[in-house]
Amino acid sequence: MTAITLSSVKKRYQKTDVVHGVDVEIESGEFVVILGPSGCGKSTLLRMIAGLEEITSGTIAIGDTVVNNLEPRERGCAMVFQNYALYPHMSVAQNIGYALKVAGMPRAERDAKVLKVAKSVSLEPYLDRKPGELSGGQRQRVAMARAMVREPKVFLFDEPFSNLDAKLRVAMRAEVRSLHRGLGVTSVFVTHDQTEAMTLADRLIIMNAGVVEQVGKPSEVYNRPASLFVADFIGSPAMNLVRGFFADDGYFRHGKGGMIHLPTIAPNLLSKEVSVGVRPENVRRVPAGTKGAINAVVDYIEELGASRLIYADVDGSRIVAVDSANDALGTGMPVHFAFDTADLHVFSNDDGRRLDIATGLAATAALINA
Amino acid sequence: MIERSPIFNIVTYATMILGLLLVLTPFWIVIVAGSLSLQEVSQVPLKLWPSNHLLENLEVAWTRADLGPKMINSLIVAVGVTVGKITLAALSAFSIVFFNYRARMLCFWLIFITLMLPLEVRIVPTYSIAANALQPFQVILDTLGITWLVETVSGVRVGLEWNLLNSYTGLILPLVATATGTFLYRQFFMTIPDELVEASKMDGSGPLRFFFEVLLPLSRTNMLALATIMFVSSWNQYLWPLLITTDRANFGTVVMQLKALIPAQNGTPDWNVTMAGALIIMLPPLLVVALMQRWFVRGLISRDK
Repeated sequence: MTAITLSSVKKRYQKTDVVHGVDVEIESGEFVVILGPSGCGKSTLLRMIAGLEEITSGTIAIGDTVVNNLEPRERGCAMVFQNYALYPHMSVAQNIGYALKVAGMPRAERDAKVLKVAKSVSLEPYLDRKPGELSGGQRQRVAMARAMVREPKVFLFDEPFSNLDAKLRVAMRAEVRSLHRGLGVTSVFVTHDQTEAMTLADRLIIMNAGVVEQVGKPSEVYNRPASLFVADFIGSPAMNLVRGFFADDGYFRHGKGGMIHLPTIAPNLLSKEVSVGVRPENVRRVPAGTKGAINAVVDYIEELGASRLIYADVDGSRIVAVDSANDALGTGMPVHFAFDTADLHVFSNDDGRRLDIATGLAATAALINA
Repeated sequence: MIERSPIFNIVTYATMILGLLLVLTPFWIVIVAGSLSLQEVSQVPLKLWPSNHLLENLEVAWTRADLGPKMINSLIVAVGVTVGKITLAALSAFSIVFFNYRARMLCFWLIFITLMLPLEVRIVPTYSIAANALQPFQVILDTLGITWLVETVSGVRVGLEWNLLNSYTGLILPLVATATGTFLYRQFFMTIPDELVEASKMDGSGPLRFFFEVLLPLSRTNMLALATIMFVSSWNQYLWPLLITTDRANFGTVVMQLKALIPAQNGTPDWNVTMAGALIIMLPPLLVVALMQRWFVRGLISRDK
């Protein structure tokens, strides 16, 4: 069992900083997913753990060993690459067994191991084929078998499923998950696909522009995004975010003179430039004339089958709501929304961090109930 | 371009056949002339249909030009150049593409520049080096005054000499040192995905292992293509062997011997023997191309990855 500790890890290429000091503890046996948009430094971070990139400053420890100056092969990591990176001239069996061959394991022992691993990912019938004769999913399984056969201390996945079609991706996800359950090896998985991240991760590391925005369980990240970036990045459709400020008359002012009745706010937030956010699934439609309802005009509607997305305009700010009603609704028609203040997220516009509104909200919620 | 009309088809075929004739006619004339007797070959106009003296002409050419030992010489040179070139090209391209060091680009350009300086251009300095391969070191020693120093101290004059004239080494080495192969290999190595390099690093293989177990097997078609080109071009070398070989009996190559088969100004105009000799001499490269052409085309065009 092996934990990975990153402390103020930085990466700099010539003049540009790609990773700005990352501090993360990955626990032993944990499945951690690093999620972020392309170019956020997530792959670089993974490659630094693998030893394929040099670390500009900071330290990376795998288990109790600081691995900064160790060669990739000495780190006990196995990696699965995006483009499989199989040796085209070797058969599946040779591909899987190559690391063992390099390590000088005797042939008989090697063959037995390869066979065992190939069985576990149902590649047994293909052992004599070349990678070129396999489908994408099979190639990815070979890549995984190649990683597994070494019995590494750490598994690293670099966007392994991005070349697979949607259906296969779901299947492979389940496979990786059950693999992890079975082996219990510490795993780090890099992806830009949030569904993949949410379903796979024990814990998520959200990165943006070389900075870790939030580390937490998928539910935590979803329910309490630590920053404006995370709020916007996690969830589909994205969270409604409206810029404005809380006035002391109990209204939130935004857009072109828009006012939303939000009397439930901690006094320390008054008059600050903030963004408030509510997830589309937490915005519900209410009948016209409901007290405190937000009045909006429908821009357009996206039908999803089971539900629909209403894109509406509230005094110059865009609000999206998930709606399961099926009444006739079209562009230009008025709609009315409400949401629970408990579902409200507030972020500072200065640094994008989450602002704590819990105390203020609790107080006023009680007030409304009374 | 896809064009389907009868006229266009005819034009296409006509062009192809014309091109084929253009290429094959000289060969035909060599074969025909090689099979004629002395009387027949002297006729005007030239006979264009083979006669039955081919075997005796071949025999005369073989003995007159001493083609047996010369064939072996040519084979040694061609194989030596081919093997040397492939080794040099693969290693230098490996270094240039996969290693990161300060003088990498400088090295690449130095090699690249030699593409623009074929042997014929630098033949005089190359000859002078071949006459004494250690001459550059001698010059360095002289300029630094070390020769003088050693001479004054010990009374012995340092004279470095390594003569490559009239040797296989001298025939082979200057032909090995050109950039074409390095360039071809570099282009191929650059198509190897980074992930493959990284995967082999993760698998624990060092650079040499990667070179022998991944790069070389992958570059097999390239290697065969390069081997074909190199074999043919070094077999056909004329100027360099002519220049460096004074001892023709031992180190002459077949292409030099072809010159010896050309009738002298006032001698018997037995062109039939000359042509028969040409037939023998062009046979090995033809065979190599015929055997390798499948790989040759693949190595230059596609990548089986």
